[in-house]
Amino acid sequence: MEFFSDVRTYLEINHETVLESLVQHIWLALLPVAISFVLALPLGWAVVRYGWLKHPILTLSSVIYTIPSLALFLALPAIIGTSILDPLNVVIALTLYSLALLVRTTADGLASVDQQVVEAATAMGYKPARRWFTVELPLALPVIMAGLRITTVANVSMVTVSALIGIQSLGQLFTRGFQLGFYAPPIVIGLVLSVLLALLADSIIVLVQRLVTPWARVGGAR
Amino acid sequence: MNDGILSFLLDATNWQPGNNDGFVNRTIEHLGYSATALVIAFVVAFPLGLLIGHTNRGAFLAINLGNAGRALPTLGVVMLVLAIVGVGLTPVTVALVVLAIPPILTTTYAGMRAVSGATVDAARGVGMKEWQIVFQVELPNAWPIVFGGLRNAALQVVSTATLAAYVGLGGLGRYLFDGLALRDYPRVVAGAIVLAVLAVVVDLVFSLVQRLVVSPGVDGRASRGPRRGSNAPAALTASEDVPDVADDAPTPGGVGMDKAPRKSL
Repeated sequence: MEFFSDVRTYLEINHETVLESLVQHIWLALLPVAISFVLALPLGWAVVRYGWLKHPILTLSSVIYTIPSLALFLALPAIIGTSILDPLNVVIALTLYSLALLVRTTADGLASVDQQVVEAATAMGYKPARRWFTVELPLALPVIMAGLRITTVANVSMVTVSALIGIQSLGQLFTRGFQLGFYAPPIVIGLVLSVLLALLADSIIVLVQRLVTPWARVGGAR
Repeated sequence: MNDGILSFLLDATNWQPGNNDGFVNRTIEHLGYSATALVIAFVVAFPLGLLIGHTNRGAFLAINLGNAGRALPTLGVVMLVLAIVGVGLTPVTVALVVLAIPPILTTTYAGMRAVSGATVDAARGVGMKEWQIVFQVELPNAWPIVFGGLRNAALQVVSTATLAAYVGLGGLGRYLFDGLALRDYPRVVAGAIVLAVLAVVVDLVFSLVQRLVVSPGVDGRASRGPRRGSNAPAALTASEDVPDVADDAPTPGGVGMDKAPRKSL
């Protein structure tokens, strides 16, 4: 097929650029997930602990989630004073989106922990901090990690948008295809790599989840 | 720089309805592309979702479409559709329709499946016909989930309609791409702000319509009040705007994942 030989030719000529874009893409997509995961834990805790915080934080989250990413990428420099082509804008915008979703799942996860288990831990002499880290957080992990999977997959796909403002990522293969007069090979390469990356990242999280929640595999005790 | 943004936003000529490149005209164009695509997607996906949800035949289609849609970058899908169909208003609309179908189809299906089997059996038992069961029993119960999908589809379409300007059409994307090309930064940010506000307003309108359409008995408004049982451990109730992903979380790739909003542009 002609199309496949076109794809091969494109890759032969441009493999270095494609590889660079892929690496940059991974950074831009996953760094926000890591940052927001760390921020979501205290926020999620606060939402469960202080009930009055729940409504304002969750409302703010859903408003942030509503803002189109391209608009946020472009409006952030005006708010925080970065340069318009700074990849930092993308990292911050995606962190906000990830956080908006993760705060909710973290709060849901923590709220889903069986109160009797918490009381049992208290009765065994666990102090609040130790109890939170060794009992409540692990039990909330399956729900939190479900949120983590969703944000990771969404981020991998959202990073491509930043190509429209000239930031390097797999999305540049799409704009490249556009500049070449809607030449399909780079667009298809970008789509395939982006989807594969999302699936790979998703599987890694599932794997990590299996490792850190061994009790979930024993079965029966859910 | 921020003064420039403000003066651009407050410039009266930018708000005159007759001004081709004014906010009013660009917003109308933007909403026009979005509404066209959304209506077409609804007409295609909603009946199909009702059918699949009611009969549970072809469920794999609804589930896989939702999961694949999550990982596919919107920008790439739009570019690919344009590469195949060509450039112009019709291809852009096709691309937007392609984006809007999965969330509507999967949530309509998920909403229908979430209706308790006992309720459906009871309806059948009192002699309701199949179409009556669909429209008078299943759909009213499924509306909250279905609306989640509609809102999500609307947001995606409104966000993505920005790309119409990238390929030479109108809409609010004009400010972003013209401004970037001209290095006229206040224009870019002003456009971004108007776009963000439009998205939030559209979402708000959908949530108001949802309140009107969904029965208070279905989404829990009727039972909400001070005397609600407080034994449930701080359960965050399900009607917040970022839908609940927790309930079905442990089923990887199952229908539960579709309750989380998609976000890709």
